[in-house]
Amino acid sequence: MPTVKEIFATMEYGPAPESPDFVDAWLEKHGRRFGHFINGRFVDGSSTFEVINPANKAVIATVSQGSSAEIDQAVQAAGVAFEHWRALSGHERARYLYAIARQVQKHSRLFAVLETMDNGKPIRETRDIDIPLVARHFYHHAGWAQLASEVFEHCGPLGVCGQIIPWNFPLLMLAWKAAPALAAGNTVVLKPAEFTPLSALLFAEITQQIGLPAGVFNLVTGDGRTGEALVEHPRVAKIAFTGSTEVGRIIRQKTAGSGKKLSLELGGKSPFIVFEDADLDSVVEGVVDAIWFNQGQVCCAGSRLLIQESIAETMYAKLRNRMENLRVGNPLDKAIDIGAIVAPVQLQKIESLVQQGTKEGASCWQPGWAVPTEGLFYPPTLFTNVEPAGTLAQVEVFGPVLVAMTFRTPAEAVELANNTPYGLAASIWTENVNLALDIAPKIKAGVVWVNCTNVFDGASGFGGYRESGFGREGGAEGMYEYLRANWEHNLPDAEEPEFVPRAEPGINAESPENAGNGEAATIDRTPKLYIGGKQARPDSGYSYPVFDPAGKHRGEAGLGNRKDIRNAVEAAAKASSWAKSAAHLRAQILFYIAENLQVRAREFANRLVADGGYSAESAEREVTAAIERTFYYASWADKYDGRIHQTPFRNVTLAMPEPWGILGIVCPETNPLLGFLSLVLPAVAMGNAVVAVPSARYPLAATDLYQVFDTSDLPAGVINIVTGNQLELAKVLAQHLEIAALWFFGSKSGSEMVERESAGNLKATWVTHGKARDWSKPEQAQGQEFLRHATQIKNIWVPYGE
Amino acid sequence: MDSLDTTFTESLLQERDSWARPELDWVKAIAVNKSAVERRVSTLAGRRTVKKEWQAAWLLKAITCIDLTTLSGDDTEGKVHRLCAKAKSPVRADLLEALGVTGITVGAVCVYPTMVAHAVRALNGSNIPVASVATGFPSGLMPMTQRLEEIRYAVDQGAAEIDMVITRELVLTGRWDELFDEVAACKDACGRAHLKVILATGELATLRNVARASMVAQLAGADFIKTSTGKETENATLPVTLTMVRCIRRYYESSGRKVGFKPAGGIRSAKDALAWQVLMKEELGRDWLEPELFRFGASGLLTDIERQLEHFVTGRYSANYRHPAA
Repeated sequence: MPTVKEIFATMEYGPAPESPDFVDAWLEKHGRRFGHFINGRFVDGSSTFEVINPANKAVIATVSQGSSAEIDQAVQAAGVAFEHWRALSGHERARYLYAIARQVQKHSRLFAVLETMDNGKPIRETRDIDIPLVARHFYHHAGWAQLASEVFEHCGPLGVCGQIIPWNFPLLMLAWKAAPALAAGNTVVLKPAEFTPLSALLFAEITQQIGLPAGVFNLVTGDGRTGEALVEHPRVAKIAFTGSTEVGRIIRQKTAGSGKKLSLELGGKSPFIVFEDADLDSVVEGVVDAIWFNQGQVCCAGSRLLIQESIAETMYAKLRNRMENLRVGNPLDKAIDIGAIVAPVQLQKIESLVQQGTKEGASCWQPGWAVPTEGLFYPPTLFTNVEPAGTLAQVEVFGPVLVAMTFRTPAEAVELANNTPYGLAASIWTENVNLALDIAPKIKAGVVWVNCTNVFDGASGFGGYRESGFGREGGAEGMYEYLRANWEHNLPDAEEPEFVPRAEPGINAESPENAGNGEAATIDRTPKLYIGGKQARPDSGYSYPVFDPAGKHRGEAGLGNRKDIRNAVEAAAKASSWAKSAAHLRAQILFYIAENLQVRAREFANRLVADGGYSAESAEREVTAAIERTFYYASWADKYDGRIHQTPFRNVTLAMPEPWGILGIVCPETNPLLGFLSLVLPAVAMGNAVVAVPSARYPLAATDLYQVFDTSDLPAGVINIVTGNQLELAKVLAQHLEIAALWFFGSKSGSEMVERESAGNLKATWVTHGKARDWSKPEQAQGQEFLRHATQIKNIWVPYGE
Repeated sequence: MDSLDTTFTESLLQERDSWARPELDWVKAIAVNKSAVERRVSTLAGRRTVKKEWQAAWLLKAITCIDLTTLSGDDTEGKVHRLCAKAKSPVRADLLEALGVTGITVGAVCVYPTMVAHAVRALNGSNIPVASVATGFPSGLMPMTQRLEEIRYAVDQGAAEIDMVITRELVLTGRWDELFDEVAACKDACGRAHLKVILATGELATLRNVARASMVAQLAGADFIKTSTGKETENATLPVTLTMVRCIRRYYESSGRKVGFKPAGGIRSAKDALAWQVLMKEELGRDWLEPELFRFGASGLLTDIERQLEHFVTGRYSANYRHPAA
């Protein structure tokens, strides 16, 4: 060891080790061997595997590999506990969550050291970031437990929630999942990542200590097979998953049609955009927090650095200087910036992607010093000369590897930023508030940080756009993932199978008693598809006959096919300016639609009587309801405000509801007018462009509407109507990669198909699982639920202060 | 290189030739993001720490960087003598022996101009420089001729370092040319004495102003830039420090000249001293841990460091009265 005198000359940093002693003692107390935590007790597992400390590859514990039987036990226990837990008052649940938060704080260092030994991330991060955020999340959600019945009126819990979490933030991801679930009155079966199960086991002990009722929180450790058993368990009402997009897609497919609610928080390749007027020295520290936080093993890591060309070389020089000063090594050392990579397989993945990037011609730069060789370490790495088409610009590395590209203009920055299938987060650096607030809404990402990065809080929702998943964790928006409307439990089944239109001529529209009575023939009407503001003949060249409920032929409708859907989506894409138009304008147009609908009320009523088998009175009621519903969404168009979340530092966190973009809607077979408008209008009011497939059996009320749209100044492409076989068209919509969300109000089997086929681009789906709503009941047929499904929340963090 | 930096380099080239005033419009464009700066300094303490032998060595180094200061209306020759005695032996001999180090003194003794002669006499033979505040300290609102005269007086009395204050008005109203001229004139008046330029950051309102003033002061010839007089309501803070040291780095990268940094006021504990040292090492590098480029303007700091050193040596927490007073 150097003497004080020698250090006085060199002024080096020495070792600053955090002691593992208390954690070792805790592990020893358990014999370094853990079972599952089921129904309030630790139970031995049937088979086991080892957990290593990635900083030195030492085995630190043996844990159990959960079997299907053990998952079943846990789910059964959670199911039993649910009846008791949901019956508690919000205040009683709040007390438990508060106690958890307190216990996490009391044992914060134990959690922090354990997390570092299990995961390899620096003690600074577990101590200063992860564990405080965990406590904060439980405090925040203790509050939601208290308030839920008031804020989320007429809503209740889902049941048993299956939660599968990743290894990069083991305890924090547990908190993000368990806290809202428990606050809303659900019970939980959680599977931690196989690499990092230990902090969850300590957490289970905490729940025991505070007397959380048995079965409310259950833990089954294991690998992907354990997770699969949880996903497939029929008694699970909800799956919440954080992990890779690849596994998320499989889960989407496996849960399709099961009725399980699903939220997915998946991968990312998040842009970190630097404009030339930014505080570049602060930007450098932002980059450190973006990509060298947690060894870059962060789903929202700012891994794509987009720099304005004029400052690129200056930035690279500053970055390289800063990288030389980063310290990689023992994560239990308090003066370490970058710890160990979680597992050998992850380290190999990073190494091979770096090799590939180099092979593709990108320039790789690493600091002059070497990383320790005994554990799983990788140096901070900067790639320049990366083309957008390069592997490293597209693929999530999940390691300390930054790729840099340049842009010339704000528009080009947006284009590059959005040039990815992912959409988790983005960071924007500029001193110009005009620029920042112009760019933030244009980035396809669930979280946008202005002049900051990787900041999180329980009060703010976190979650992705596009293939980064759907659903939010944190804030009011996160609570909805664990709630459902109470009336949903008692809905009747919808008709099944769906009506299948056939391309054939119908029997003469005139009934025998009217035929040949000498009256002049009426002029034939040809309802067409409605695409891009124009009436369009179906690509197929086929029409199908439309009958009333009594079997009387009432006309023809176009038999749309996949090409018509393709054309409709292209038309919808061209209508993207609808999203940016003023909400007042959207409101005005919707009011105008109501006005024009009123003018033609009798005609629509006649249509319902003629085609739909309505009585004159019920037809009039339905048309009146349709006009009122149009007013309703015209009214909401400029009132569905976002929120300003109360996050605990000096900033405004704007939670903005943004439209999906292109939304597919498959309408119910019943209520040809009201059902159609009840779905299409909220979507349009929020700024979406819609491709709607109306009732196949009664399509003509919908096709009558396009003249109303035309006369109401609705811009071309905002509403597109494709009639035809609903299931066939729904499948094309589900598979279409440009459609961001899809609503399906048909059969149970159709719902299953839509969920499964939507896995391709992980579009958000809203399906009825074959339950029929009553479109005349406002409670079921209109409301903020529709607006919520028509939007996704983007959280924009804007720190301020001069 | 961006246009701002090009202008910057050009202005430096002019500066090297003649110390003629460069074009200074570009300083208005300097960007400092307060929230990001605060985040950096708030996480730095968690990113770096020194323990045991390393901590003792760093604290000894901190002592060598202290400008041991008395700037009170009731200063007397006797008071200055006591301060100088402490400056020469800031740490008890038994502690230094246990630490295996010799020859530790503070960086300088800092007094009012009329006290300089007393200090010079008291420090005779010690190699410890005497620093004098000047230019109408602490407000600086004195006619320019008197300010320059005061500098010359202090230098004449034997001050090797001059701590001047700038006219805050010139910053608050964006008169960068005049600020440059003011500092340059003071530098001239210093002759061979080193010039520390006090920005009085607590009265400059924003970090952007701090950065602008830092750049102009360096361009005009400052050897050190210093945060505060110690008399403002807000003294040295870490965000202000980070802003200033980044300007020092920027100036060094463009000019090759190393300007020193002196935080003053409010740094009272050994823990504070370490936080500042870490910031210097992380942002500027090893060279800026030496008294040639780094000083603490402090009076109470030394006592706390002495206590920590005794704790390191004995393993027992210490008490103030065990260490000789100044």
